[in-house]
Amino acid sequence: MADGDNLPPVNRRGFLMGLGVTLNVVGAAMIGVPVVGYIAGALRQRSYQAWIPLGNVTDFPEGECRLASYENPYTVPWDGFTAKVPCWVRRKGPAEFQVFAINCAHLGCPVRWFPESQLFMCPCHGGVYYADGSRASGPPPRGLYEYEYELRGRELWVRGGQIPTLSGPV
Amino acid sequence: MGKEPGKPEEKSKLAQIGDWFDLRLSFRESILPPIVHEIPSSSGSWWYVFGSATLLCFVMQILTGMCLALVYVPAADQAWNSLEYLNYQQPLGWFLRGLHFWGSNFMVALMTIHLVQVFLFGAFKYPRELTWVVGCVLFLCTIAMAFTGQVMRFDQDAYWGLGIGIAIMGRFPVIGESLVHLVLGGPIIGAEALSRFFTLHVFIIPGVLLMLIGLHLWLVIKVGINEWPMPGRLVTREKYLEEYHAEIERDGEPFVPQGVRKDLVFSGIVLIALFSAAAILGPEGPNGEPDPTLINTVPRPDFYFLWLFAALALLPPYLETPLILTAPLVLIAAAFLLPFYSNLGEKSWKRRPGAWILVITVFLMLGTLAYLGLSSPWSPHMDAWSGVPTPVQYVQGRTPLELQGALLIQQKQCRNCHSLGGRGGQRGPALDDVATVQTRDELIRQVLQGDGNMPAYGKHLKPEEVTALIAFLETMHPRYEPVQQNSTVPSVPGSAG
Repeated sequence: MADGDNLPPVNRRGFLMGLGVTLNVVGAAMIGVPVVGYIAGALRQRSYQAWIPLGNVTDFPEGECRLASYENPYTVPWDGFTAKVPCWVRRKGPAEFQVFAINCAHLGCPVRWFPESQLFMCPCHGGVYYADGSRASGPPPRGLYEYEYELRGRELWVRGGQIPTLSGPV
Repeated sequence: MGKEPGKPEEKSKLAQIGDWFDLRLSFRESILPPIVHEIPSSSGSWWYVFGSATLLCFVMQILTGMCLALVYVPAADQAWNSLEYLNYQQPLGWFLRGLHFWGSNFMVALMTIHLVQVFLFGAFKYPRELTWVVGCVLFLCTIAMAFTGQVMRFDQDAYWGLGIGIAIMGRFPVIGESLVHLVLGGPIIGAEALSRFFTLHVFIIPGVLLMLIGLHLWLVIKVGINEWPMPGRLVTREKYLEEYHAEIERDGEPFVPQGVRKDLVFSGIVLIALFSAAAILGPEGPNGEPDPTLINTVPRPDFYFLWLFAALALLPPYLETPLILTAPLVLIAAAFLLPFYSNLGEKSWKRRPGAWILVITVFLMLGTLAYLGLSSPWSPHMDAWSGVPTPVQYVQGRTPLELQGALLIQQKQCRNCHSLGGRGGQRGPALDDVATVQTRDELIRQVLQGDGNMPAYGKHLKPEEVTALIAFLETMHPRYEPVQQNSTVPSVPGSAG
């Protein structure tokens, strides 16, 4: 619309049109960018990690694997029971632990521990893991996801906070 | 319909009121023509009722969905309770939940029949390409409604079913983790995830559906409904529209009232069937409350996703990630592009055997996978080891050592994956005649080292337990067939696996 040989009234109309379009684009961006930021708010951090207490070490007898659960550190009050996250704690020695995510590395279903055969089995597609979390059979592409852990006094702490997936393990 | 005889005499009071409104609304110019537009009388067939029946289901889903939204609470800590309240406390809440659940099943089923009919009748060809493409998007949106609706039924299946979807998304390299957090609205499946899926299920996807259904119908009216495909009548870009309009000229009838009669009859049948399904079979679930710490659950998706659930169990691991990330895109692209690589020529299914073969193949595949998904032979039977008896004939007249082995088969949970007498898991082969298949040495190696899909038990069996186990397995052969003596596979240590 910026022809050099234009008549004055067209210029004025063209200016108003251009102004109208520009104002709307600017206004839409001013509103749209925060809206996108609101929707994508969960991306404010790439990975959700925090240290979480899992319980007293005496809750986990040596040589055994026990189901534990923790309150996820990133919650809202109306999460209800979905704020709780279960995990498997295997105590190998007095101060040696392995803490596994409940989610099968195949498609995230909850694996169950069978002490008699020392295996984790998944009810969805039949993934099986050994006691140390390594893949034994079935479709999982890797072993169980393992939490980083730390002993603070007599308390067992793990580092977690997000549902583990192949591209974002715990 | 408002047929005006057009006589010059004084108009009735009613007609005058009609005129008053029409002066302001111009319905006679805008709404009336599409209603009474001429269609080929050959399209007034029983095969053409499925599109309108799908639309009817959609309208029913909106109405019953609004009713459910009066009571349902889309908050993670109360959704399950509000579903239980709907089932047992709210008068007729169970019936509304039943209508909405069966309505979704009906909608998916009728839409699929509509899709197959359109495909077999060549209705996607010139000039109805866009109608087909919009229909494909409608199909995908409806499937998305089914999935998000399954999440609304916020129980254990919903929780872990969503987990499966999340695990698939998390397989995307690089962006997977962020994609998961974006979809869930946070790092875990919780309140914000439920709210997001509620928004998708109630606002976003229905909004898209409404717009696209409008466009789909607009196209059907503007381009005209597909005529009954006659074998040998080829579609050409030069002649088709001319021939189509000639057919309507020669043998057309108005959509209302002639064309719509069969649609009406079928719609009535669908409504009564929907009532019956809801009243007799009732709503689905909710099953256990979505408490992630209750891990003794066997998550299964709704019927429409069973085939996918089965395919995910059967794909070899090395193929899985590339296939589940690319196959959907390839299939969707192929469906969208269909009218562009099959644009002209024969429409009739009688002259398009490839179309038949494709439909039958796809349905056999989906049906087989869904059946497998229902029985899930790949899943261990979690309580077979403690809950299923050993057949009497396998313990009768056995030595103490062999009986010890029979106990170990139970205790070591072998039966979670192996059946005896037809009961137990089906992940591994049945053990009833295992001694005729493998020699003693092969059995020992198999138990200790595992192989194929079997874990190695070497670390968790004491030598005397292995002896007992093998002694029992050696008895597993029919009387008339001896124990296998000759190895068929090399069992040299180190060469197996």
